[in-house]
Amino acid sequence: MTDSDRVLLPRMRTPEEIQPLVAGCLRGLEFEAKPAFGELVVTIPAASAVEACRRLKSDPDLRFDYLRCLSGVDLGEGLEVVYHLFSVSKRHKMALKAAVAKDDPRLASVVGVWKGADWHEREAAEMFGIDFEGHPHLKTLLLIDGFEGHPLLKSFTIGGIPSDEEEANVKNG
Amino acid sequence: MSRTVETEFPTVDMMLNMGPQHPSTHGVFRIVVTVDGERIVDCEPYIGYLHRGVEKLCENYGYRQVIPLFDRLDYLSAFNSEHTLVMAVEKLMGIQVPERAEYVRVALNELNRIASHFLFYGTFGMEAGALTPFLYGFIARERIQQIFEAVGGGRLTHNFMRVGGIKYDVPADFKERVLELLPYLEQGLSDCVNLLSENEIFLARTRGISPMSAEDAIDFGLSGPVLRASGVAVDLRRYDPYSIYDRFEFEIPVGANGDTYDRYVIRVEEVNQSLRIIRQALEQMPDGPTIGNAPRVIRPPAGEVYVRTECPRGDFGVYLVSKGGPMPYRLKIRAPSFCNLMALRQMLQGTYVADSVMILGSLDIVLGEVDR
Repeated sequence: MTDSDRVLLPRMRTPEEIQPLVAGCLRGLEFEAKPAFGELVVTIPAASAVEACRRLKSDPDLRFDYLRCLSGVDLGEGLEVVYHLFSVSKRHKMALKAAVAKDDPRLASVVGVWKGADWHEREAAEMFGIDFEGHPHLKTLLLIDGFEGHPLLKSFTIGGIPSDEEEANVKNG
Repeated sequence: MSRTVETEFPTVDMMLNMGPQHPSTHGVFRIVVTVDGERIVDCEPYIGYLHRGVEKLCENYGYRQVIPLFDRLDYLSAFNSEHTLVMAVEKLMGIQVPERAEYVRVALNELNRIASHFLFYGTFGMEAGALTPFLYGFIARERIQQIFEAVGGGRLTHNFMRVGGIKYDVPADFKERVLELLPYLEQGLSDCVNLLSENEIFLARTRGISPMSAEDAIDFGLSGPVLRASGVAVDLRRYDPYSIYDRFEFEIPVGANGDTYDRYVIRVEEVNQSLRIIRQALEQMPDGPTIGNAPRVIRPPAGEVYVRTECPRGDFGVYLVSKGGPMPYRLKIRAPSFCNLMALRQMLQGTYVADSVMILGSLDIVLGEVDR
């Protein structure tokens, strides 16, 4: 069996097209949306991240049923968790960003929304020290037991190489 | 007077360790299985034995130096991983890739997919207890490796893709050599299919084993042949087109049951489709430059981009955050094997211990990209 005996694919929707739909779906929540590089990027506070994810998944017009990727980012002044979402049934995509405070890195887990968030969250937890509240099994994944520190934080340096970008720029000319 | 016989005995579940040095784990992967007799009740996978901190290294290397690191993620389809990285940088910098380079990239990507699937075929046969398929798979794969050697010099790690194109043009006889190889690969594939696909024992070992529903497959974020085996026709070459894949005619094999057999047969059928793509790519391949106008020092403007491609193992994603420096600020790698392996726990529950090796094999993981 191949896809040729299936109905034609739904047309890929542009970020501009889904922007009003997302705005409608997230009504009542505080957020900011702008398209960038062919993708709609929505920024929300950490407190409403799970609620937003749940709504985006269950919205009949959006149906973000597929979690492409979940990444942590150390922005210097704070952390950020980025959810790259995709809708298999509706064929559109977006990125959702939740800002996490560095001194109190806590964020509710989305394992209950997408099962596929499990290992991604465990990885982000050990690499950035983010506590994903409500994750059923938040223990080390890639690092060895007893590893000290969170390697992907910018304050963690490897082999004396400054991970501060300014310094590294000087070094590389 | 009747006497009832007690049939229910209290039993204790047994913990069974498999790996990390187990031949069927395709690398260093450990799994602790809880069994009740022959049935697997639960399992706990342990990964990270091959963790080299690639994402951290990337933040300390220039963009050109990052390319070889990507060879070492999924070393069985290095061209595909490299391609994803350079596409992300190109997208951020707005660099146009010359036509010829695009066609060479597609041809190499598809050859790499075939090589990877032949290797899967070989090892999967071996997991079912058949040794001959291993040799058949490797004979066909070896011919592709020879082409790779002629193109870039390397067999596994090529370091061939560049931001803006490819390192240098392919040899003058590339087209002839590949065209000569295609019928050989077709023959090789049909030999493989004849040897295994209808084999009674093989069918008994794979049919109906550990089926995955489409809903679960999507929820787990599975991708590639594992997702399509469950009946979800998502192939990024068609579904979220990149590069020049919209110019080729090919079909996307889709499974019906999502069982171990479907995951095997999808890959076999994909080889046929890749052969079709290569043939079209070689026909349409124009002459011309192979590298675009990329600056000498690659310094993408501040911004972030998420690019994903269809690798042999599935959806390979790169999330690149740039602050305008000569090194990536953050580079997250979404490895398809990593996400597919996540579903193993559910897939193994309720199956027999003897099938666990087949089920793991049907996911076709490469630990290099699982652990990064």
